Amino acid sequence: MERQLLARGALVGIVAGLVAFVFARVLAEPLIDRAVDYESARDDAQAALDRAAGLPVEHEHADIFSRGIQANLGIGVGVVLFGLAMGTLFAVAYAVCLGRVGGVRPRSLSLLLAAGGFVGVYLVPFLKYPANPPSIGHEDTIQQRSALYLVMVLVATFGLVVAAAVGQQLAPRLGTWNATVVTVLGYLVVIGVVMAVLPSTGELGANVREYGRHATETPQPLRDGGGRIVFPGFPADDMFAFRLYSVGAQLLLWTVLGVGFAPLAERVLRRGGAAPTAPVSVSAR
Amino acid sequence: MSSTLSTPRAAATPVVLSLPRAILWLASAAFAAVALYYFVGVDQGATSVFGNDAHIHEFVHDARHFLGFPCH
Repeated sequence: MERQLLARGALVGIVAGLVAFVFARVLAEPLIDRAVDYESARDDAQAALDRAAGLPVEHEHADIFSRGIQANLGIGVGVVLFGLAMGTLFAVAYAVCLGRVGGVRPRSLSLLLAAGGFVGVYLVPFLKYPANPPSIGHEDTIQQRSALYLVMVLVATFGLVVAAAVGQQLAPRLGTWNATVVTVLGYLVVIGVVMAVLPSTGELGANVREYGRHATETPQPLRDGGGRIVFPGFPADDMFAFRLYSVGAQLLLWTVLGVGFAPLAERVLRRGGAAPTAPVSVSAR
Repeated sequence: MSSTLSTPRAAATPVVLSLPRAILWLASAAFAAVALYYFVGVDQGATSVFGNDAHIHEFVHDARHFLGFPCH
């Protein structure tokens, strides 16, 4: 039974990844290309400024993979493998939760878990450390940024598990509605505190030293010695569209996972003779 | 919708997988999935399993940005 669930989770995960890839290829790639162009133009402007000021100029290193590979094959493989990973984790969570989370039907459980995956793995971490197109993010802070992001992912997902457990404990006493409200509020408070405590990317030591205090690492306009702007900051509309599409792709991926896995899981459960009184177990039809 | 209005609770929880029996499969699958998550999103950024190399990072570069992971 668990193997069948895992196989179906992995399969639906791959399909979900493919759907998200098509979305990304059509909507996100033009933005990524523009961001890469911005980055190289900005580097050129910076080099010209440095040369004018008599500073040493950094040389660009050659790309390992061409933009064509990265923008088609690379993003496809990356997103599909991410879908596979999430589908597999999703199936594990589903198998563990089956029959252990109170009055939830097999199909509803699939939707609830997918919503939880979207919120915990992506949306809550995104609220604190949003997705960024290329050219945003400084080399020197990659370690801190990765650690902070993973902390957010861990807190957000583990928090959901704790919230679900607490909610179940409270439900008999408060009723399902009140228990849900209390648990959701508790989750929001905990996440809010964690978000308030963790630094924003612009506040990291390396950034403050080099660029001064900013909320994020988004490139500011380049100025020459006289303080005149010689190259614009990162275009805000591209940033907004990129982040919006990033959320859209994840929403799509988790929706396909939840909706796609539900009937497959139900079929496995029915065939597996999970409940001796077979008609009862398929009442969610 | 439901044909079992009289026994809704029974309908809600059709099966409990025996965790002790399934634990090996579930744990291995979870481990493999987390490893995949790591290689797609994190490896060769802050840390690297295969040493000082950027092939994985560069290959999934666009995906990494788009999936929300921090990138260079």
